[in-house]
Amino acid sequence: MPNFLHSLASPARFQRIANAVLPWASVLAIGLIGTGVVWGLGFSPPDYQQGDTVRVMYIHVPAAWMATFCYAVMALLSASFLIWKHQLADLAARAASPIGASFTAIALITGSLWGKPTWGTWWVWDARLTSVLVLFFLYLGHMALSAAFDDRERGGRAAAILACVGAINLPIIKYSVEWWNTLHQGASVFRMDGPTIDNSMLWPLLLTGLGFNVLFVVLLLVRIKSELLARRIEVLQRARASGRG
Amino acid sequence: MEAVSTFLDMGGYAATVWPAYGVTAAILIGLLVASLRTLSRRKAELAVLEAQRERPRR
Repeated sequence: MPNFLHSLASPARFQRIANAVLPWASVLAIGLIGTGVVWGLGFSPPDYQQGDTVRVMYIHVPAAWMATFCYAVMALLSASFLIWKHQLADLAARAASPIGASFTAIALITGSLWGKPTWGTWWVWDARLTSVLVLFFLYLGHMALSAAFDDRERGGRAAAILACVGAINLPIIKYSVEWWNTLHQGASVFRMDGPTIDNSMLWPLLLTGLGFNVLFVVLLLVRIKSELLARRIEVLQRARASGRG
Repeated sequence: MEAVSTFLDMGGYAATVWPAYGVTAAILIGLLVASLRTLSRRKAELAVLEAQRERPRR
């Protein structure tokens, strides 16, 4: 396993893998998300209490899953960069944070829209919502640090440290609904005793969840390719500038 | 037609459901488009720089 991971550190190998994976992953993402959304919107039952507002769940929950999943990936990449100095890990972490920030924003906005008719409020400072808002700020901080230094290496290192330190927020988000008295409901899918949600709702939820996961991979691969190009452009521009001077 | 308007009404919760799906689509499609455009812009920039490198300037 470590050899496989270390072999992924080669940009040339990454390009080959990315170019092979991207076409079918894109089709798969569209297929899964399309099916999940159509199923959730049109062919799943309304909730006996919430009515049709429950359909927001089919995008809110997968977005929230991806918000934390993306951060975990980013933290692992950052640790890998700090420990083994893999440049590709640094580029990949930079590529990941706007994706994570987007999913977190979706989770917060759709959650707020869902909360207004069901809870009677757009927002509440309970442990789940607050810790996810902190996650959003961590993503923004990561993006700002990555771009803040003229020396990209320093910015990368600072951002990587932030990503690793901020990882403590992940178990807080996960267990917030158990450790504190929250308005946000407890886990219905990822539980020790298995899901409590009915299959008619679980299936479209899992399909969209998987679709969002594949979309994350597609977006990440595109953005890493882009970061590799930016790195190469920077090298050539520096060589040109020092050649002239 | 009535089935369509019933569907769009979302049991009276149209103002909750459709903006939620709309915002999600806007953000995800926006991110994808922005990422692809940056990728092609950088490809073009790199092509120019590499061509200049091959042609030594007097």
